[in-house]
Amino acid sequence: MNFLENIWQFIQSLPSPIAQGMIWGMMAIGVYITYKILDVADLTVDGSLATGGAVLVVLTTQYGVNIYLAMLVAFAAGCLAGFATGILHTKMGIPAILAGILTQLALYSINLRIMDDRANVTINRRTFQLIVSSYAGENQLYWTIGKCALFIVVIVGVLYWFFGTEMGHSIRATGCNLNMARSNGINTDSRKIIGLTISNGIVAIAGGLLAQFSGSADVNMGRGAIVIGLAAVIIGEVIFGKLFNHFILRLLSVVIGGVLYYIVISLVLKLGLKTNDLKLFSALIVAIFLAIPHFKAKLAPRRPKPKKEVE
Amino acid sequence: MLKIENVHKTFNPGTINEKKALQGINLTLESGDFVTVIGGNGAGKSTLLNMITGVYPVDCGTIEIDGINLTKMPDYKRAKFFGRVFQDPMMGTAADMQIEENLALALRRGKPRTLLPGITRKERAMFRELLAALDLGLENRLTSKVGLLSGGQRQAITLLMATLQNPKLLMLDEHTAALDPQTAAKVLELTDQIVNRDKITTIMITHNMKDAIAHGNRLIMMDSGRIVYDVSGEEKQRLTVPELIQKFSESGGGMLSDRTLLQS
Ligand SMILES: Nc1ncnc2c1ncn2[C@@H]1O[C@H](COP(=O)(O)OP(=O)(O)O)[C@@H](O)[C@H]1O
Ligand SMILES: [Mg+2]
Repeated sequence: MNFLENIWQFIQSLPSPIAQGMIWGMMAIGVYITYKILDVADLTVDGSLATGGAVLVVLTTQYGVNIYLAMLVAFAAGCLAGFATGILHTKMGIPAILAGILTQLALYSINLRIMDDRANVTINRRTFQLIVSSYAGENQLYWTIGKCALFIVVIVGVLYWFFGTEMGHSIRATGCNLNMARSNGINTDSRKIIGLTISNGIVAIAGGLLAQFSGSADVNMGRGAIVIGLAAVIIGEVIFGKLFNHFILRLLSVVIGGVLYYIVISLVLKLGLKTNDLKLFSALIVAIFLAIPHFKAKLAPRRPKPKKEVE
Repeated sequence: MLKIENVHKTFNPGTINEKKALQGINLTLESGDFVTVIGGNGAGKSTLLNMITGVYPVDCGTIEIDGINLTKMPDYKRAKFFGRVFQDPMMGTAADMQIEENLALALRRGKPRTLLPGITRKERAMFRELLAALDLGLENRLTSKVGLLSGGQRQAITLLMATLQNPKLLMLDEHTAALDPQTAAKVLELTDQIVNRDKITTIMITHNMKDAIAHGNRLIMMDSGRIVYDVSGEEKQRLTVPELIQKFSESGGGMLSDRTLLQS
């Protein structure tokens, strides 16, 4: 009986990790754009997530800016961060991973400046009309989930349209086969910059929502974001990769990956994992899921990947 | 139309890996020329094409096409003049993208990429027709990922992409070498068809001497980064494989690769 009760309790507590997972899943869509479409591991996100949160909270609490407008500015700030990484990478020849780390580091200072040298700035749901919050009373969590779903639908819809345009095609070609893209007249440097820009814009939107959900913007809120994003992307791919081929479904599976990740996290916390050990746990999960394709390939050798250099 | 003057290229200069890939190439092509290029491994054939397309910068010399100086132009900007098919079927297409998306990408070579749809209904119909003409059963697979296709199918699509919008110069780099003989013959026949139909100026590198003689109106032999033999017109038509092998050994250090001998 006790066991069943525990399960019931857990199920009742699910809306919170679901909402949180949806926000992180949204962020993971940004990661998907760089990691899967552009074929670049972009570590800017750890910084741009916090930038999004910081911009949103400061604008609403200190400048009285409308929260949706603040979200828009947060998006723009994230775009700027991605743009910076893109310039470092393409115009200054810095390897993508390093370029992302540099921007991320710089953003730490910038985010503190945005928050007026405070590491944490709170935003209260009673004082401000928030889009989402973790408050569970009065069915608020269901509203939060609904609004997150709306955000996801809009983002996925816009991305679906964008990656079907001439511009979007050229970005996908850049990530898929750089030489082919260039020999078809595509300026691959500019495509990488655009991809990184959009990706970090989306990450910052997620950061803005996350700050509202958790009630504050924190300079450390993005630490390890890339790992969670990768987790969502990879979990989604491992589970739905064979099933979903359509671009929209692929993006949605990333979101579901994020939700599943957070459900698992809340489960292991219930089972007694210490919060401080969470990052270790996350790293292990991602390492395992990243290794799955590797071991699969070892068991069943497939056709070799296309060579990327010109003969 | 194509004018290459005194082009040199040395890889890794000043190191133990120094390699003089091109040592003073002079080559002028007339509009409509179909030039076949032969030469041993490492003769500099691919490097020559890489210089023309701008994959690497030249050390010295100039490259012009229809009076436009390309020497300093970045590769993606030159791309509008060229179509190129590589030896490796993987290289010319985006594997994760659909057949029609690949074709649409090529159709927009040299044009600005806007926020308009990446592919239109009209284009789709055109692609279907072009694919049907290939006779490879691809006309009903417009939305298949290119990565699912065989090497020959991918090479045929790359050829289609390369010639989709009438390039000033088509460059084929042993583009049938990775295919089985039957498919190779088919792709070669397709090449002839398209080149003749659109009167495209073409450079075709091949390791098959018979093909080099049978196709085109001019033949060039390269060795150690130089053009060592250049024949065209009737003299080229009369050329035989034994004569060509003779020329090959006359050209000095020119070593015939086993592959070249076997396939002649
Ligand atoms: N990117 C490169 N870096 C260093 N050496 C190269 C490069 N490309 C070609 N080479 C060298 O230049 C020479 C000519 O190569 P290539 O043009 O590919 O010959 P092929 O006639 O067989 O196509 C070879 O010795 C090759 O090793
Ligand atoms: Mg070669």
